[in-house]
Amino acid sequence: MAHSVAEPVPTIAPLSPPSPPPTDRPLHTLPAPFTTSNLQLLAQGAEALVYKTTFLTPNTPCVVKYRPPKPYRHPILDKRLTKARLLAEARVLVRAGREGVSVPRVLGADWEGGWLVLSWVGGGSVRQVLDGWAERVKRGEQKAEQALMDGEILDLMRRIGRCVGRLHDIGISHGDLTTSNIMLQSPSQESGPQPPLGGEITLIDFGLASHITPNSADEEGAVDLYVLERAFAATHPAAEPLFQEVLKAYSESWKGAKSVMKRLEDVRLRGRKRSMLG
Amino acid sequence: MIAIGLEGSANKIGIGLISHPHPSKPPIVLANLRHTYNSPPGEGFLPKETAIHHRTWVVRLIKQAVKQAGVKIEDIDCICYTKGPGMFAPLQSVALAARTIALLWGKPLVGVNHCVGHIEMGRAITLANNPVVLYVSGGNTQVIAYSSNRYRIFGETLDIAIGNCIDRFARTLMIPNDPFPGYNVEQLAKHGKNLVDIPYAVKGMDASFTGILAAAEVLAKSIGENVPEDKRLKNEGGEFITKEDLCFSLQETIFAMLVEITERAMAHVGATQVLVVGGVGSNVRLQQMMGLMARDRGGSVFATDERFCIDNGIMIAHAGLLEWGTGVVTELEDSWCTQRFRTDEVYVGWRDD
Repeated sequence: MAHSVAEPVPTIAPLSPPSPPPTDRPLHTLPAPFTTSNLQLLAQGAEALVYKTTFLTPNTPCVVKYRPPKPYRHPILDKRLTKARLLAEARVLVRAGREGVSVPRVLGADWEGGWLVLSWVGGGSVRQVLDGWAERVKRGEQKAEQALMDGEILDLMRRIGRCVGRLHDIGISHGDLTTSNIMLQSPSQESGPQPPLGGEITLIDFGLASHITPNSADEEGAVDLYVLERAFAATHPAAEPLFQEVLKAYSESWKGAKSVMKRLEDVRLRGRKRSMLG
Repeated sequence: MIAIGLEGSANKIGIGLISHPHPSKPPIVLANLRHTYNSPPGEGFLPKETAIHHRTWVVRLIKQAVKQAGVKIEDIDCICYTKGPGMFAPLQSVALAARTIALLWGKPLVGVNHCVGHIEMGRAITLANNPVVLYVSGGNTQVIAYSSNRYRIFGETLDIAIGNCIDRFARTLMIPNDPFPGYNVEQLAKHGKNLVDIPYAVKGMDASFTGILAAAEVLAKSIGENVPEDKRLKNEGGEFITKEDLCFSLQETIFAMLVEITERAMAHVGATQVLVVGGVGSNVRLQQMMGLMARDRGGSVFATDERFCIDNGIMIAHAGLLEWGTGVVTELEDSWCTQRFRTDEVYVGWRDD
């Protein structure tokens, strides 16, 4: 406090942007047995490049989830995270599938190479459904209250709630439960612009999923719901009431749901606690 | 339009004057002064002492800034101050100064959200149009994206802020606070080469940092000259782990967590640009890691330097002037300040995309 002069930060010159960093993208090369031929990039998620291709036979569509080394991460940390997450994902998927939750089947994996082959999930995501719904509300084709009364979309919300409930009931937390990771699988295996609302709900992207231990069950479950709640709120401000329907169905879906819901209130408060300091 | 901004939500007091010549022209910085309260090594800054520091400096900084800007008092359109979030005592002393000059000069007040100040300053400097914003400072860790007139928070810390984690980590290792702990950790990290296992906790788009502090306490006790040789931490080759290695490992781990949650938010909203703001945003290693991530997504990272990254008066003046332009004025009786003020509470009336 004893400094006698203020730090000089005099800047009279107009603000100018810094030179943009280089943006040339390196090509990721997939490890064997995959080649770039016959591959179609579906998505670049936060961790993995997701390709559609065929596996074993030319007419078995599948998804290859390739986790390329992250150039920004220290190689040791990168290897540790890739291996742990890939194996965890495969184990969780196998278990969830066995317990009757609709998830992609695991067809193959290589944790050194960083790839995982999963069965193909057709249809579209709940995010697409909600975007379409929010767009219609925005355009004024449907009043928000009317749109909320729409039985089909409410039924969809309930089924989402029950599906998440079932997942938690068998002791698995998803870890990144956003609306993009909840798919509506149509029987025809075709992906159209709008997935059918009545399609089977399939959960995908178990990259951050984990087995829940009894003493962390409420916490993990509540964080799942919190992430989903915020995905609803952040992507579709108009769709926030729809989430109430998800919660309602969830709370009736399994015996542990009540205490998870109670914990959700804590998680919300704790999330909000971060407004404290500047 | 010219505004003066007063910022003092943490251990820095910043006074800035900015001019918005025309909506289509870039803003002009007229003056940007700052003074930092540094606590001794091993200690953090406490509200009371920080407030005394701000009260000691506010008058001469305002005088100096106005003089440097070369403007007349009557040319100033509004007085912007930090309403929150922040430490209450420092906030209050600066809000009091703002009220005083508002009455003295007969000018309207505009209360500004500190986080929005960082975001708008970052956007103005970098010309990043609609980026995902990573706001990382001593008190905040948020991943923010704009949607329907709000800066919405996609991911944030579940416990303590990243800067707080770095500061306390530095304190455990008795790293000095001058100019600021994060800077000293960054310099030490440049000489580190061994990666020590530090808890990596990411949940969806959120992250947790408290486990790192617990780990740091244990690690700090197993390095250094005065620890018996058989108890000292070694790498696989038998070399001793140093303070530099710990700083290096800390940065590699926590920044990887930040880059990961930012990337997840970018993947979710489909953005390719990312803007890093806040004091921790001036860390070159973080900017570099973020740049590598953005490049792989076909985008780019925008970062500001320490003049505008670290808390300053200009950002408050800039965001306040934008808000004032939409007709928002804080009446004298509403000119309080608050520790809790969410980024998404502010109606962003000056953007229409």
